[in-house]
Amino acid sequence: MLHTFHKGGVHPPEYKITAHKPIVDLPLPTQVVVTFSQHIGAMAKCELKKGDHVNRGDIIAKAAGFVSANVHTPITGTVTKIDRHKTAFGNPADTVTIEATEEEHLSDIEAMKNRKAIRTDEEMLALDPQEIIGLIDDAGIVGLGGATFPTKVKLSPPPGSKAELLIINGVECEPFLTNDHAIMLEQPDAIVLGIRLLMRAAGVDRCVVGIENNKPDAIEAMRKATSLYPGIEIMPLKVKYPEGSEKQLIEAIMGREVPSGGLPIAVGAIVQNCATALAVADAARYGEPLMSRVLTVTGPSVKNPGNFRVAIGTPISTVVEAAGGVPQDTGKIILGGPMMGKSVVTIDAPTIKGVSGVLMLPESMSERRKVEPCIRCAACVDACPMGLEPYLLATLSRLGEFEKVEANKVMNCMECGSCSYTCPSSRPILDYIRLGKLKVKSLKLKV
Amino acid sequence: MSIIISSIIVLGGIGIISAVLLYFIAKRFNVPEDPRIEQIEEHLPGANCGACGYNGCHDFAVNCAKATSLEGFNCPGAGPEAMEKIAEIMGMTVVAEKPKIAVIHCNGTCENRPIKSHYDGARSCAILSMVAVGATDCAYGCLGEGDCVAACPWDAIHINRLTGMPEVDEDKCVACGKCVAACPRSLIELRYKGPRGMRVYVACSNKEKGALARKECKVACIGCGKCEKSCTHDAITVANNLAYIDFEKCKLCRKCVDQCPTTAIHAVNFPKPKPKPEALAAE
Repeated sequence: MLHTFHKGGVHPPEYKITAHKPIVDLPLPTQVVVTFSQHIGAMAKCELKKGDHVNRGDIIAKAAGFVSANVHTPITGTVTKIDRHKTAFGNPADTVTIEATEEEHLSDIEAMKNRKAIRTDEEMLALDPQEIIGLIDDAGIVGLGGATFPTKVKLSPPPGSKAELLIINGVECEPFLTNDHAIMLEQPDAIVLGIRLLMRAAGVDRCVVGIENNKPDAIEAMRKATSLYPGIEIMPLKVKYPEGSEKQLIEAIMGREVPSGGLPIAVGAIVQNCATALAVADAARYGEPLMSRVLTVTGPSVKNPGNFRVAIGTPISTVVEAAGGVPQDTGKIILGGPMMGKSVVTIDAPTIKGVSGVLMLPESMSERRKVEPCIRCAACVDACPMGLEPYLLATLSRLGEFEKVEANKVMNCMECGSCSYTCPSSRPILDYIRLGKLKVKSLKLKV
Repeated sequence: MSIIISSIIVLGGIGIISAVLLYFIAKRFNVPEDPRIEQIEEHLPGANCGACGYNGCHDFAVNCAKATSLEGFNCPGAGPEAMEKIAEIMGMTVVAEKPKIAVIHCNGTCENRPIKSHYDGARSCAILSMVAVGATDCAYGCLGEGDCVAACPWDAIHINRLTGMPEVDEDKCVACGKCVAACPRSLIELRYKGPRGMRVYVACSNKEKGALARKECKVACIGCGKCEKSCTHDAITVANNLAYIDFEKCKLCRKCVDQCPTTAIHAVNFPKPKPKPEALAAE
């Protein structure tokens, strides 16, 4: 019997079109726009001036506080602008624009081709846990599953709590996305190295890698890579959305439920994405900070869908071009998967660390159906993996009863969208729950 | 039959006993209330809008009856006549306040602000402002989903279908401030209605630099500061690339209106200038 979580969940069609496409390295751009706020927490502080020269991998914005992360430049060049640039959702964000000359561009490409290991495997694994956490901090590594929570924070548990198990998230339960699948197939050894470093940093001797059973080749590749390390177990999981969510994954693997409002560490777990593990390995071996990531560009009518390794700061439009451009019938372009991703208003915005995919959905799939009245069928209640009552939360939130929304545990919602997905009346349940969460948060701030 | 009779006797008996009990309890625990509270409440609209600053109409009446002067007591919903009547009940005089009205600091109509994207989620400005910038490029302007319309208890604000913008009905608006709180972009402000409804305000909230603001909307305030210089009453300040006219200081001279290069400053309800004699002659 394969493990999974127990409450709720849905089974959307998988559409893993790009599952076996190799990772394509996109050519390094000559101009990048890098956003300072690419993670959850305080915005990183930029200390550059216009005209400053930066080398590939230099810090351009320093972490401001504990929950924050450094931001690095993926190209060598000169700072031409420090201003505000629109994000994909249209809101202005503080950015820095870096432009490379022909020479700098070529030397960057050369450096990428012959990147040299600065540490051997033995040296890396001899590092102190604190040294590894420092390394991760310097490299600006954040959770690459999409939430972009600074990795070092997860590895520094509050005093009094002790981690006993590291969980590596290779679930990739979102339909369409295959970026984690691709790296597990192509770089399992590097991921395992990252896992070993993370285990050392967290002070645990056991690790479970959770992979959904619809990726047998990834399970096979990872099993092969971990065959020498008895502490690391590969656990195939039953396919169910949202298994990639932290709390659901912990329940599936450990059989323990994270208490409401608590952190995974409360049940002794630390969860990291497999792409994060890869970033940790790169940071330790090559001394390379987080400057690029693998993302899936996909959609039913996309000409050349695939998995691309992209320098962070490359315009989304460039990535889309590489996959054959925006198809004619596109209704929405979504950053991330179809369940939790957000649709964009412009693709001229730069990519950021948290973007795991660009999904171009045809109008027939993206359009919302007509909203009908709630028939109290409770399909959303059955689907909610957190055991909430989505119809109630949405109604209360629509009516402005935010105290009751809070009393009904709205803050436990992780916005997986199972309720809206399953609703036979196509009600915008999650839209209103998000509003409720926002209002509850601001009410709390006022108090 | 006997069942019917016995049930009438039993239920009737319970009713009579309860009535007697309730009568004595009501007498015993009676809280004497100022009779004026009820009288005042009769003159209030009962909309519980909160425009007076109290928690609904009853709270207003309670506080009114306690007060020693009517200063600070004003129900814009009931109007000046009702306030006169309340003053009569209290045996005091009304302290008149300048009437206010809701003013929208945005003029991003479909014509002025090109529509770039389409939103098909839940029809609410608060939700739209959370997920994206809106249908246009402007991150400060009206989203047009009508949260203000839904919040208004007076039916005084409506979305104009042609422009996509909300419009305030001057006769109905009592300046209760519900729309001010409802707007997620804080575009609505309560300003003095002005003599015969004449008022001058900046119909923009865009804080971007001039060039960018102009790109986003044809009639955006670009923060050029011409109005600030032209104002002889020190009523205009430009901060964060945005001009603001202080309605306490504004003397309605309209010098700034002609200065504005983007027509972002609106002067409403002013009489139309009389056509010049030469123009008449030409006709």
